[in-house]
Amino acid sequence: MRQKASNRDLTRRQLLSRASAAGASFVIGAGFIAAPDAAWAAETEHLAPETFATLVQMARDIYPHDRVSDAFYVIAVKGYDTAEAAPGIEAGIAALDGAAQGRGHARYLAVGWERDRVDLLRAIEEGAFFQQIRAGLVTGLYNQKAIWPLFGYEGESFSQGGYIDRGFNDINWL
Amino acid sequence: MAAPFELNDDGVVVIIGTGAGGGVLANELAQKGVSVVALEAGGRYLPDDYINDEWESFGQLAWTDARSTSGDWRVARDFPGLPTWIVKAVGGSTVHWAGASLRFQDHEWKTATTYGNIQGASLLDWPIDGAEMAPWYDKAEKKLNVTRTNGQPGLPGNNNFKVLEAGARALGYEEVHTGRMAINSTDSQDRLMCQQTGFCFQGCKWGAKWSSAYTDIEQGEATGNLEVRTKSHAARILHDDTGKVTGVEYFDADGNLQMQAARIVCVAGNSIESPRLLLNSASSMFPDGLANSSGQVGRNYMRHTTGSVYGVFDKPVRMWRGTTMAGIVQDEARHDPSRGFVGGFELETVSVGLPFAAAFLDPGSWGREFTSALDSYENMAGMWIVGEDMPQETNRITLNTELLDQHGLPAADVHYDDHPNDVAMRNYAYDRGSAIYEAVGATRVLPTPPYPSTHNLGTNRMSENPRDGVVNKHGQSHDIANLFVSDGSQFTTGAAENPTLTIVALAIRQAEFISGAMSRGEI
Repeated sequence: MRQKASNRDLTRRQLLSRASAAGASFVIGAGFIAAPDAAWAAETEHLAPETFATLVQMARDIYPHDRVSDAFYVIAVKGYDTAEAAPGIEAGIAALDGAAQGRGHARYLAVGWERDRVDLLRAIEEGAFFQQIRAGLVTGLYNQKAIWPLFGYEGESFSQGGYIDRGFNDINWL
Repeated sequence: MAAPFELNDDGVVVIIGTGAGGGVLANELAQKGVSVVALEAGGRYLPDDYINDEWESFGQLAWTDARSTSGDWRVARDFPGLPTWIVKAVGGSTVHWAGASLRFQDHEWKTATTYGNIQGASLLDWPIDGAEMAPWYDKAEKKLNVTRTNGQPGLPGNNNFKVLEAGARALGYEEVHTGRMAINSTDSQDRLMCQQTGFCFQGCKWGAKWSSAYTDIEQGEATGNLEVRTKSHAARILHDDTGKVTGVEYFDADGNLQMQAARIVCVAGNSIESPRLLLNSASSMFPDGLANSSGQVGRNYMRHTTGSVYGVFDKPVRMWRGTTMAGIVQDEARHDPSRGFVGGFELETVSVGLPFAAAFLDPGSWGREFTSALDSYENMAGMWIVGEDMPQETNRITLNTELLDQHGLPAADVHYDDHPNDVAMRNYAYDRGSAIYEAVGATRVLPTPPYPSTHNLGTNRMSENPRDGVVNKHGQSHDIANLFVSDGSQFTTGAAENPTLTIVALAIRQAEFISGAMSRGEI
């Protein structure tokens, strides 16, 4: 579950520092970033950890599915962690943080309510950065096969002989 | 001489494209002993190759060469580089099509007469009619083994159809059934019956759905009279100084320019590529492009007044299970101007997987209004609107000299503005479609905008008078006797029905005409 923003940032920092301190159990690179609920963790090579965390939140705010864990959003935007893409992402997130500051927040991640973050996104939705992220998510998020069962979608059925004997006409509530 | 044929063999008929028009024409001519070289821009994929994964399949099959869009249609905003969803492969869009095989209604051959003067529309009567086409439809239905014809039973209805049927019946609709489909409902013609697998749009892995890729093409090749050259992209049609066409320049699989000589050239590259090729073949003798003395090449582009309605219910539907186009409501297909528009529309079930639902349900949309609909994906039923759109001279394919394809050829710009009749029909259809789902308890309905065009029609239209169109009633160009158009671009008007059966019927009829004219030495 999401936590209140004021705690969330603190928690992330604490977690990072704790993880660094407890580094004996696993190797942690400079770019290690993890969610406050430890639902996901990722290492970034080219994006600043805070930038990546903000990008993950932005992805969820664009296509929010409460039953879909952060891990899928992380995978969906991980492709931007390249030398080529990183500068544009850093600039886009910096601008988003700037917009958040313009409304009295510390930065985008510090905006507590989804509707307020969505307001910030609406203001940039025609721009290239937003469109790049949104368009990328259409395939980056929804084309992950592991996500399909969360929506009930069964994918291919050929390998099982189709649905001719497996419920193509099993509707029982009409 | 048996296939393969020499490049300088000027006795062959060259057909450009191997879909519903070109693929059928190629086989029909080959069966009559005519030597045919078919140039296919795409590769050859057969049922074992088809991929039941929406995006992966799209990467395998879709025509994604450079194109541009313009006009007020929403596709130009949502998919500016992808005006169509059609196939680049042997079999063309018969690999992708859903299989709906409906005859035109009689009045739809004569819309200028039936509908009268519609401002802004370039309506024209076809130079043929339902009586002329009836025997050719008979042959086409036999070839495609269409359900509910020739003793073939209808397909069983899946969940998506049952929802549509129950809602439609509740509203009093009567012509509701599982369609006339070119999908086997019995094991026949050496092909299996439908296994209710879904993924009809991605190529039928059972071969239960008719596609020219593994029926007509293979039958034609078996005669020894047909050579199919894959990954061969037609660039230009050549002519001599008498104005007859003499051959086709094309880029082969290695990107090298080749020239195949020809006695006759038949263009069947679909309603985007066919006019593009004629326009790209402009010469000093034909500065506006081949067969274009009327100025009609590329004009009157039609794409059906489409749209979809998805209904969300409080219980599961699982629309993706089974035949994609699993049933139809035909009551609204009639011409009844009291509804506020001329012409009519069909309502046909449709389903998309989760990946395509995300891409096409409301392109560009985001936030909870959008994602809450996807959260109910399992409880969704879907239908597609297929209605007659108005031909307009300004809806057209032109060459975009600023945008070149991978061969350096000017790409097609696809311009489309909705006609007020199209808008009125779509809104009416959204309303009726929503009512159908609400009649069986939908908690939410989604009037979904048109996808990139799958029905592309009319850009080399058939006309009695050479001033009004590009080809005559045999698909023969008015200007050049040995140049034919053999695909949906011949359509004078679009009718409310899915076009493939009519394209196939016209191709069978055209083969009869061409072989007769050849044997009489007329061309």
